[in-house]
Amino acid sequence: MIEVVSAERCVTCDKCVLACPTNVFDLGPDRIPVIARQSDCQTCFLCEAYCPADALFVAPHAHPEPAGSPLRDERHLAAAGLLGSYRREIGWGHGRTLGASLAIGPDVLPGFGRPAAPATASPATAPPSPERHDR
Amino acid sequence: MTTADTRSPAIADLTADVFVAGGGPAATWAALAAAEAGADVVLADKGYCGTSGATAAGGTGVWYVPPHPAEREKAKASREALGGYLADRRWMDRVLDQTYANVNELAGVGRYPFPIGADGAQIRRGVQGPEYMRRMRIRVQRAGVRILDHSPVLELLADASGAVAGVAGIRRQLDTGYRVRAGAVVLATGGCAFLSSALGTNVDTGDGALFAAEAGAELSGMEFSNAYAIAPAFTSVTKTAYYSYATFFHADGTVLDGAGSTKGRSVIARTLMAEGAVLCQIDRASEEVQRQMRAGQPNFFLPFDRLGIDPFTQKFPVTLLAEGTVRGTGGIRIAGDDCSTSVPGLYAAGDAATRELICGGFTGGGSHNAAWAMSSGSWAGAAAARHATALGATARRREIRPLGEAGLRPAGTPGDPGQYREVVAAVQEQVLPYEKNYLRHGERLRPALDSLDATWTALRAGLRGSGAERFRAREAAAMAAHARWMYHSALARTETRGMHKRADFPEQDPAQHHRLLTGGLDTVWVAPESASAVEVAS
Ligand SMILES: Cc1cc2nc3c(=O)[nH]c(=O)nc-3n(C[C@H](O)[C@H](O)[C@H](O)COP(=O)(O)OP(=O)(O)OC[C@H]3O[C@@H](n4cnc5c(N)ncnc54)[C@H](O)[C@@H]3O)c2cc1C
Ligand code: SF4
Ligand code: SF4
Repeated sequence: MIEVVSAERCVTCDKCVLACPTNVFDLGPDRIPVIARQSDCQTCFLCEAYCPADALFVAPHAHPEPAGSPLRDERHLAAAGLLGSYRREIGWGHGRTLGASLAIGPDVLPGFGRPAAPATASPATAPPSPERHDR
Repeated sequence: MTTADTRSPAIADLTADVFVAGGGPAATWAALAAAEAGADVVLADKGYCGTSGATAAGGTGVWYVPPHPAEREKAKASREALGGYLADRRWMDRVLDQTYANVNELAGVGRYPFPIGADGAQIRRGVQGPEYMRRMRIRVQRAGVRILDHSPVLELLADASGAVAGVAGIRRQLDTGYRVRAGAVVLATGGCAFLSSALGTNVDTGDGALFAAEAGAELSGMEFSNAYAIAPAFTSVTKTAYYSYATFFHADGTVLDGAGSTKGRSVIARTLMAEGAVLCQIDRASEEVQRQMRAGQPNFFLPFDRLGIDPFTQKFPVTLLAEGTVRGTGGIRIAGDDCSTSVPGLYAAGDAATRELICGGFTGGGSHNAAWAMSSGSWAGAAAARHATALGATARRREIRPLGEAGLRPAGTPGDPGQYREVVAAVQEQVLPYEKNYLRHGERLRPALDSLDATWTALRAGLRGSGAERFRAREAAAMAAHARWMYHSALARTETRGMHKRADFPEQDPAQHHRLLTGGLDTVWVAPESASAVEVAS
């Protein structure tokens, strides 16, 4: 769930308020967004993708982080390189290469899962099966 | 509530040729097609068109198959058995053709940056969600479509003959109502994942199916509604493709035999029920494959990177999250090649509509949903534009009446506005547990349905929302209706076919080789397609 709005980094562009599909944010008095309805957050990470200032952090748990969690601690997150990391990976932001243009994933293995019997085909030799690609 | 200046000013009453409900791939392709056919289009999304819905957050493989007869044949044949032979090859051909054209258009006019393969050609078999949907938004805007973000539709409006003539909704960030009179309406509101938090799906509460049923349309394939997807425990990230490189384990670290991403998912469910935990390690990926995974689907790694887990060398707990009809195949019944429904002026596209036409009773894995969303969207949008043009100016002069009932206009004494929370919890209690919905058995489906029917009766009497959040009551009603159509259909199909697996009827029954239609609200009916509808006791 969304855990951090960095007042220090925020450039008050309102993008997250508009782009969050579940309307989690309201504008605060200083125009810095506040997490007004955290329980509505669907943990989709898209606000981070849209934030030009790397000011937001979404923890991957679908429930709120407990008090004292490092995933609520802006300084820890910045030091760990996690602020803005999704935006960086999809290549959004000035001077970056769009991640979509590099998105060549591996072949998904036939049978799409481990067979009940001991595996016969090793991943390295298994023939690709493009029809079964799903995400 | 404060508002941002990027939002257009309050709009109460609009007119349009075509109104599109939703903002995902189905809705945006529909809006584009309608605008290209010359229609004046309004599109309203519950969230933000560009980030809302299952595709924007997740990304999809797409059923993109070049028009070579052998490849097309293979593509069609590959899913027929899995889907229980309920698909239709003519529709597969249509969708393969339309999808091929749409994806090529996305690469061309849409300038989607598909990656370049070793042969120097673009690889167009998949899209990253945020990139795809932000481009679709831009295209829709450039086509002159008026977009209303954060504006959930609450109900359909109809004329005296019962033809659909518009919608009413609310602008949640402004706390004002809106109404659009339109010649035709496309429902592209997605499927229903019951607020399970599966990636990007909490906006998908089955609203469109409720609207359609209130207008008198039928649904089809609602028994194929029990998709469950693997996610790291306590997270939302239901990206399943790469688990084909995984091994699953008991909590004590011994290998869980038979567990896998598709066929072995029920083993995972049973073990989660019996032992409380299943561990996973993506231990069959070479370093090269690991690198490709990061490039292919960066969002797959978000939970791992943020929780400090190395999924290739460490075991992590997994869960299965319900995706209902998002990766199931049931939805509003399609009555014609143009994605019309049985109600004049009403069209359906994407997950809101049944996908049985191209994949029968099974879809998990195979990119059919994405192909269906873009193809059905294009057809529905173009047909809605034609319908509106044929009506001409008379469309705007029609007497209109609202069709919304449950959660909007209670039949009895209105209850507390917070009641929707109890309804949601009551529905979730019957549809999320694996032993009820996934591992189906008549003995468990029947009491679950009884409970849902009781929930419906109570909500029909008193459920009503209030203020900017009043669409919540409609979501709750839509989820309850969805769940009842699902279980009525699941009880009626006394066999195992597609993703619908009955422990008490483990075989496929040749006598039930037909689609099942369902519909109705206070009284739900189920009937084989092409036979006349019969009421079943509820
Ligand atoms: C994690 C994940 C991975 C997937 N991977 C694949 C894949 O690889 N290949 C594949 O083919 N399919 C895949 N799918 C399925 C695919 O995402 C869907 O089939 C597709 O998104 C359907 O598009 P849609 O436009 O119908 O619905 P959605 O994309 O869900 O959009 C529905 C839209 O309707 C809006 N809406 C809902 N209610 C209302 C209302 N009352 N008023 C106004 N707007 C409303 C929502 O806000 C949303 O914008 C995946 C799904 C998930 C969850
Ligand atoms: S993670 Fe998604 S739902 Fe949560 S605040 Fe960000 S955009 Fe909104
Ligand atoms: S998107 Fe980022 S910079 Fe813009 S308002 Fe939100 S937090 Fe601030």
